Amino acid sequence: MSGRGLVVALPFVWLLLFFVVPFVIVLKISFSDVDLAIPPYKPLLDWVGKHTLAIKLNFDNYAFLFTDSLYLRAFWNSIKVAFFSTVLCLCIGYPMAYGIARARPHTRNVLLLLVILPFWTSLLLRVYAWIGLMKANGVINNVLMSLGVIHDPLTMLYTPFAMYVGIVYSYLPFLILPLYANLEKMDWQLLEAAQDLGCRPWQAFYKITLPLSRNGILAGSMLVFIPATGEFVIPALLGGPNALMIGRVLWDEFFANRAWPVASAVAILMLILLVPFMMWYQSVQARESAGAR
Amino acid sequence: MNQRMSYFVLTCMSLGLAFLYIPILSMIVFSFNASKLVTVWDGANSPTLKWYYALLGNEEILDAAWISAKVALINATGAVILGTLAGFGLARFSRFRGRFTLNAMTTAPLVMPEVITGLSLLLLFVAMEQLIGWPAGRGITTMTIGHMTFSMAYVTVIVNSRMATFDTALEEAAMDLGARPVKVFFLITLPIIFPAILSGWLLAFTLSWDDLVISSFTSGPGTSTLPMVVFSKVRLGVSPEINVLATLTITVVTAAILGVNWFIARAGKLDA
Repeated sequence: MSGRGLVVALPFVWLLLFFVVPFVIVLKISFSDVDLAIPPYKPLLDWVGKHTLAIKLNFDNYAFLFTDSLYLRAFWNSIKVAFFSTVLCLCIGYPMAYGIARARPHTRNVLLLLVILPFWTSLLLRVYAWIGLMKANGVINNVLMSLGVIHDPLTMLYTPFAMYVGIVYSYLPFLILPLYANLEKMDWQLLEAAQDLGCRPWQAFYKITLPLSRNGILAGSMLVFIPATGEFVIPALLGGPNALMIGRVLWDEFFANRAWPVASAVAILMLILLVPFMMWYQSVQARESAGAR
Repeated sequence: MNQRMSYFVLTCMSLGLAFLYIPILSMIVFSFNASKLVTVWDGANSPTLKWYYALLGNEEILDAAWISAKVALINATGAVILGTLAGFGLARFSRFRGRFTLNAMTTAPLVMPEVITGLSLLLLFVAMEQLIGWPAGRGITTMTIGHMTFSMAYVTVIVNSRMATFDTALEEAAMDLGARPVKVFFLITLPIIFPAILSGWLLAFTLSWDDLVISSFTSGPGTSTLPMVVFSKVRLGVSPEINVLATLTITVVTAAILGVNWFIARAGKLDA
């Protein structure tokens, strides 16, 4: 093998073994029977008789997911929550990314640091902070009550509202950074030209900036939407017992019910749902870096 | 920008930053609160350092922190090696068999929901143990392998984008003068992309240090990491010690980021 080959072989083999092969095993186990053993599933291949190897594919796990409405509702709810969180992230994140891209170089670096810093601090701890802010005797209620705005504490924690706040808060930097990287390359003279030709500022934004930042918007949105669909920590901590999210369902099937085959089937369905978005993300990324060169 | 638009952007920016920082600031403030009720300020006895002492005497948290530190250190080093090779290969070799696959395999972990990665890794480890007897049981080794798999993807992105922006003429000149490719890499390429590698190492360390989901799937008995202990505590309600832990984390992270930024800025000046 050439020297070049060796350079990429190591990461290639690593990812193949620890990232791709595991999905094959998940697929396999999603077709096996639950068993009261360690590990808790039955083998797919079985020797029946001396020379006969039987493959037993069990579709029950999938059938189960489609008959019990809990799973379909969880899938639907996850997509809904991830979608609206992405939209909210865009509404908050776009003006911020735009502001950073148009700031003077020194201010820009400070603002970028301020956006990156929370991203480096533990997600778990930042989600935990919202419990302290939103609970019944938490900071928000205390402040509002002492100001006399409200008389009884608002119920915020363990509601869908809390879950949205948590997701938008945690994923906001993931949207701002690729969007900023895109806007930073923008030729702002185009805007001046449009205004010289009689465009109003909002019109110029709508007709020039927005379409040109399309790839940044898409890349940032995917970085929010895809992981948010399978999010576990935020619904578990902020959403309360009724927050039905598919990542949490998978977790409970695995840890609480020890139903590994059902958890695997949930994972496979999630992958079928999300892989098209991942491929879309990759093609957007490829276009972005081709444009940069 | 015209006046009205810049006011709009300025307002959004301030509100957005307030949204990002109010939770963090509230944890810092309440870490000095004497009351066990965490969010009710006990003005008579605060500020106090008592929860700081409590945290430093909490064996469970200290043990978990030690395990997390070990995993994060090995992970960051391994992820930097794998990620630098992948990022270098993707940036410099425009055509090779498996380029598309390698690209896809280094992009997918960035967005893959962690519950899926965690579950699939655990099932792999179980199957491998049945087949070849390794890894025997789960613990630090399996957690580290899991962390390396997703954090190397981040290192790849950082190294790849740094490689894309630097001048290949330097490498070519060294080759023209007779340096072998390996020597060029270590004498020219590596020093130039060093800031990127350093950020990659720190990011990989942080990702591992903070990870809850993949650790939970791939850990074994007796190897609870810090996030796992924090998660089980937080599920039972707020605790003043967690505020202290958060404050310490934020302090260290801020110092590290400012330090690296300063280092990179200085390296940039030397380049010019």
